[in-house]
Amino acid sequence: MKQKNIFTTTIVLSVAVLLGACTKDLDRKPLNSNTSELQYSTPAGYKQVLAKVYGSYSLVSSTGVGNFDVNVAGITDAGTTDFIRAYWNLQELTTDEALCAWNDVNLQSFHNLNWTSSNIFINALYARSLFQVTVCNEFIRESSDEKLAGKGFPAADLEDIKHYRAEARFLRAFQYWVLMDLFGNPPFVTENDPIGKYIPKQIQRKDLFNYVEAELKEIDGSLVSPKQNEYGRADQAAGWALLARLYLNAEVYTGTARYADAITYSSKVIGSNYTLLPHFKNLFMADNNVGNTENILSIAYDATNAQNYGGTTFLICSSHGTNVDDNKKYGIPGGGWLGNRSTKSLPLAFGDYSGNADKRAMFSSGTLEIASALNFNDGLSVTKFSNVNSDGTTPYSPNGVLVNTDFPLFRLAEMYLVYIEATKRGGAGGTAAAALGYFNKLRQRGYESTAGNVTSYTLDDVLNERQRELYWEGFRRTDLIRFGRFTSATYLWPWKAGVAQGAGADAHYSIFPIPSPEIISNTNLAQNPGY
Amino acid sequence: MKVKSLLLIAIFYLAFVFAPAYLSAQSTTITGQITNEKGEQLPGASVQVKGSTKGASADLNGKYSITIPSKDVVLVFSNSGYTVKEIKPGNDMVLNIQLAQLSEAMNEVVVIGYGTARKREVTGSIATVSAKDFQQGTITTPEQLIAGKVAGVSVTSNSGSPGAGSVIRIRGGASLNASNDPLIVVDGVPLSGNNIYGASNSLSLINPNDIASFTILKDAAATAIYGSRASNGVILIVTKKGKSGKPVINFSTQVSASKLVKKADVVSAADFRKYVDSLGTGVTGNRAFKELLGDANTDWQDEIYKTAIATDNNLSISGSVKNIPYRVSVGYLNQDGILRTDNLQRFSGGISLSPVLLDNHLKIDINVRGAINNSRFANGNAISSAVYFDPTQPVRANTPFGGYYEWYAVDAGTGSVTLNKLAPRNPVALLNLFHNTSIVKRSYGNAQLDYKFHFLPDLHANLNLGYDVAKGEGEIKVPAYAAQNYLDSGQQNKYGNKINNKVAEFYLNYNKTITAINSNINATAGYGYYDNLSTNYNFPNIRANGDTIPGSKPKYLLDKPQNTLISYYGRLIYTYNTKYILAASIRTDGSSRFSPITRWGTFPSVAFTWRINQEKMLLNSKTFSDLKLRLSYGVTGNQDGIYNYPYLGVYSLSDNASRVLFGDTYYNMGTPAAYDAGIRWEQTSTYNAGIDYGFLGNRINGSIDMYFKKTKDLLNTIPIPAGSNFSSTILTNVGNVENKGVEFQVNATPVRTKRYTWDVSFNAAYNDSKITNLTATKDSTYPGTLIGSIQINSVGYSPSAFYVYHQQYNKSGQPIEGVYADVNGDGIINQRDLYRYQSPAPKFVLGFSTQFSIDKWSVSTVLRANLGNYMFNNLATGALQSNIFNSLGYLANTLTEIQKSGFYYGQQSSDYFVQNASFLKMDNLQLAYNAGKLFGDKVGVRISANCQNVFTVTKYTGIDPEIYGGVDNALYPRPRIYVLGVNLQF
Repeated sequence: MKQKNIFTTTIVLSVAVLLGACTKDLDRKPLNSNTSELQYSTPAGYKQVLAKVYGSYSLVSSTGVGNFDVNVAGITDAGTTDFIRAYWNLQELTTDEALCAWNDVNLQSFHNLNWTSSNIFINALYARSLFQVTVCNEFIRESSDEKLAGKGFPAADLEDIKHYRAEARFLRAFQYWVLMDLFGNPPFVTENDPIGKYIPKQIQRKDLFNYVEAELKEIDGSLVSPKQNEYGRADQAAGWALLARLYLNAEVYTGTARYADAITYSSKVIGSNYTLLPHFKNLFMADNNVGNTENILSIAYDATNAQNYGGTTFLICSSHGTNVDDNKKYGIPGGGWLGNRSTKSLPLAFGDYSGNADKRAMFSSGTLEIASALNFNDGLSVTKFSNVNSDGTTPYSPNGVLVNTDFPLFRLAEMYLVYIEATKRGGAGGTAAAALGYFNKLRQRGYESTAGNVTSYTLDDVLNERQRELYWEGFRRTDLIRFGRFTSATYLWPWKAGVAQGAGADAHYSIFPIPSPEIISNTNLAQNPGY
Repeated sequence: MKVKSLLLIAIFYLAFVFAPAYLSAQSTTITGQITNEKGEQLPGASVQVKGSTKGASADLNGKYSITIPSKDVVLVFSNSGYTVKEIKPGNDMVLNIQLAQLSEAMNEVVVIGYGTARKREVTGSIATVSAKDFQQGTITTPEQLIAGKVAGVSVTSNSGSPGAGSVIRIRGGASLNASNDPLIVVDGVPLSGNNIYGASNSLSLINPNDIASFTILKDAAATAIYGSRASNGVILIVTKKGKSGKPVINFSTQVSASKLVKKADVVSAADFRKYVDSLGTGVTGNRAFKELLGDANTDWQDEIYKTAIATDNNLSISGSVKNIPYRVSVGYLNQDGILRTDNLQRFSGGISLSPVLLDNHLKIDINVRGAINNSRFANGNAISSAVYFDPTQPVRANTPFGGYYEWYAVDAGTGSVTLNKLAPRNPVALLNLFHNTSIVKRSYGNAQLDYKFHFLPDLHANLNLGYDVAKGEGEIKVPAYAAQNYLDSGQQNKYGNKINNKVAEFYLNYNKTITAINSNINATAGYGYYDNLSTNYNFPNIRANGDTIPGSKPKYLLDKPQNTLISYYGRLIYTYNTKYILAASIRTDGSSRFSPITRWGTFPSVAFTWRINQEKMLLNSKTFSDLKLRLSYGVTGNQDGIYNYPYLGVYSLSDNASRVLFGDTYYNMGTPAAYDAGIRWEQTSTYNAGIDYGFLGNRINGSIDMYFKKTKDLLNTIPIPAGSNFSSTILTNVGNVENKGVEFQVNATPVRTKRYTWDVSFNAAYNDSKITNLTATKDSTYPGTLIGSIQINSVGYSPSAFYVYHQQYNKSGQPIEGVYADVNGDGIINQRDLYRYQSPAPKFVLGFSTQFSIDKWSVSTVLRANLGNYMFNNLATGALQSNIFNSLGYLANTLTEIQKSGFYYGQQSSDYFVQNASFLKMDNLQLAYNAGKLFGDKVGVRISANCQNVFTVTKYTGIDPEIYGGVDNALYPRPRIYVLGVNLQF
């Protein structure tokens, strides 16, 4: 009997213990993560999130090169979701500056000017831009005065966070400019919208223009003065540079030209103590983060600490083949990817494209003519970006593929060109003399002598000068559209619209389609015309 | 004995007291003997006058005597475990009766969730496979034991590698993104799906020789008691237990040889040479193709595969000590893969004790099992490299890459060597210079206490405590000179993790037969607690010389993903008059994967069973020995296979290689995770109608089932509006999938005599699954969610349908490169012309097993067939001229497929490569000789010879038509295995 009682007691106790191990065990938390309250409990925590605000356009994920935080369905190569890589594909492969040899229908449709809304590379850019917008919104939400009140941070930290917040607003404005330029009427979300089951509203291009303009003007006072911020972070000059770029293209976006404003803001940057680097090629080398007096804002990459198979790694590796000597010469001993090269329109824009005259002409192997779009050796390869230091040494790379070169998002030369073009187009406030001066500054730097200087130029010359100066930096599509030459048959290049000698295409290709998965999930969006 | 004596007394009593009465009514006495088919007497068998209470029992010799009132009565002869026989005596005064034995299946007790039931009374769709029906031969992983044995259960091994896992599907998959794996419960302990590092398959740590039976629960009536984890079906594994009595020692040993069945059909060295020669002056890099040709004739597949030997030895002792039944077992398996360098060694052991205490009131079952797997994993890349590597090159050469031939260039000036990064690697070097070794230890077990209350013996309390712990660790070593890791200067990377899973369950069961209302009530109520914790270690990447690769140092040294499930469940089975059974169950589960608001899910089921053969009209039927109708409906849930914290909005710091430069400092990014605060259970409603049947004393038996499964709130990763979360896609509850199907199973013993027995079993299952909704909003233009690069989930189609262009052919039937049908008729061939063509899931799955015995010899075989399944032959898509004919400075071989299609650049999305992969396979053919007791009647000896993977009949042109997922990317070939086995029993 005794044994029996002990047993019954054991049973009863066990049940009590079991039921007592109650439901609080269901509140499991990840070991290596913070709740939002904890993340924003220190100034350092704010800076970590600021790193993500920037990292959203400099990296593909927080967990290495193999993952991507935008998770676009259908994409398997994380590197293709990188901002610069995706932006570059849309801005350059659709033009005379670049052609890709990779046998991928989605990529080939860029030269062929026949992409559809299911193109995953278009979705990659769209998703990347809106991802950065979303991260910016989160940061802006969490750094409002109300949220900061009562945290007891020192005044200096509060001042820093005020700058961070303005930078997040700048980057958001930058991405809205990208979306406005490429997609026309994207969805519009701000810090006032929630995270979760929310369907953003569509904004019209004109309204978005006004928003970006207003935002940039509003944050001007909260950004750090030109050249006073940490490397890699935006300052006032970056805000002005974006305004200048915005105004130069205002007529495309709104139907109303704003050249005077373009002159005003490019002048503000030009007056801020930036100078052209003496050697053009140094702008695109591995140590271009050191002593760079020309760049206003760069996206920083590092072969060890900021790894990315997009960005400049993509620009450099995909423009080289597997020739050992060539690979070593450009700092990628791990070998090239046999992807991008130029159509002949680009080298021929220099006339003498040997690089002996205008040193900005940087081409190497390949043929001028392109027999097959899929053969990498057809078309001159472009060596503008390299992973070699200005002293000729090659920086460390763990695998000889990842590079250390930073990408210039805004640089002084572009501001000269904005001033030049806006003035040429009759914008108030600029002088022809100053414009000619800037024009020759660029050419003199390119030739490293006065041999290329001019005494006058036409508007077409401005477009050509922009190409010679800014090729492969992601400007070409926007420029061709502004000059009415993107889809029209008035300006042709090899394989434009998939035809060897080039052909025109329907005008609706001037704006990209909203990606089809987005049209499904966001019922507020109307597809762009023609798609 | 007591009962029998009482019966005898009763008979005497009846005979003496009532005999005069009958005599006076012209009564007759009938006598005879009751035996079974083998002529053995059946003491205690009963004989009864139909429609009256008059009856008698057979004596110890099976002899009976009964007095009947008239010749016209019907006598009913019966004995438990035997069919009932009715006979009109007529003028016979002596009636010798033979009763047919019911098949074992009829009385078999099967495990159901939280308890057992007699098979004939089971209410759900349940199939049991016990040890005698398992697949035979060298089986290293338990699930392979039941391949082809049960209708609606498909088991597809992932590869031919030793210990490789399998994909198990019961009635197709219910989910798109969450797990489709069934819940596996070993001795009442549910296994978690946690991945153990260094084990290709966590089930490979369970020794198949320790398994007594598998029970597969298919419909909701059977599975709903497992609630949230049961949407994909449940597999209950019962391990072998001790039996009381003298110790029985069982020793079995097997030796086997595995051989490659079929090589990929590559271009021969001679043909390759001819082809490259024909290219004339073509140039790659800066050399002519011709110049690159070597002088060797290498069959790279011969170089990487070998005949692999394996041994499997198992020893068990079972018996009882001091009335405690025990079973102790040990096993040692050593199996080489046919891919050179591939090896698995498993040491396993187990103890089970089943004491009964407190005057039979407390039954205890204790099981402790463990295994240590020592593996060396071969570098699987060798398989595709062997297809592509130039056959004119030798295996060995004077190179800086360990003396293996590789594609590389030497700088004429400096003599420095550059490997051609894009070329295929030497397949033999890939194997020999790659040392991926692991040690995995796992132990699992449970203690189950079943207590029958002293004051109320109908009430049981059952407590089950279980654990499952494992530790896996391994290292990949590649020397710095090896071409496969040349850019990183070799590697010696470590990996490792631990799992620690706990289970606690308690239930009360009340089982009472209430004769007054002719009813039985069986009620169960219980509680369960399940906790799955992994500890995953992060390691930096280390070069062969011991240097850490910069940027690879992990931010966190370990992570501890954990999930917990708490359940309350109840079940009531009401049986009226042993004929009508109404069962209902309900389970409430709380999952740590969901927020406090959504985490609790309730999963009910109801089932009705009508044992038709118990009705009067059939009770004495000679034809029907069993006939049962089952109807059920139930809801089950799914939350497995997804991330542990999908509802939490949290921040985590980025890796050290993913940092952002501000000034001259790199910052780890504070990264917000995408989340769905409202994420909840995926739910599957299942309707099932089934019939269990048995004819001729159950010599023919089986079942037919029809089901309809509808899954809603699919845990599905879908695109979400950009800007609304920290990702473009999110795991949320959207979409519906429907599965419907029919299953048929028949087991028969056409011949059963003293010398001959012939058993046949056949099963067939038809399943059709269709996606009926995928998005939160309705839009007919949405093509669907791409899976990989060639498949898509689209509304109105099977999951993972192939999404391809429709290839056009010339007059001679050859595909024309780049020419596709304009499916949408808009005049342009673009992505809009992709169409959905077939899917990887078979429409019909068939299984056939048979065994024929003559005296001590028996021969048996298992065949399986899948019909209507398609495969994308992704190996063939690489058969391109541009691969041989590339500009990358090397030559590459390809499949002879190129002689058919002749594609130059390739047609990655052409339906040309989607092939019918229906197949018929003979899994197993065995000849066994049971020598009986030898060596002075002391040792039972059984010898067997076995061939596995005997043949495959298919139209599919790749190596093997059976690849789960439907994309053929150089599968590790399943070998043909020849096995010799000896089993000794002392």
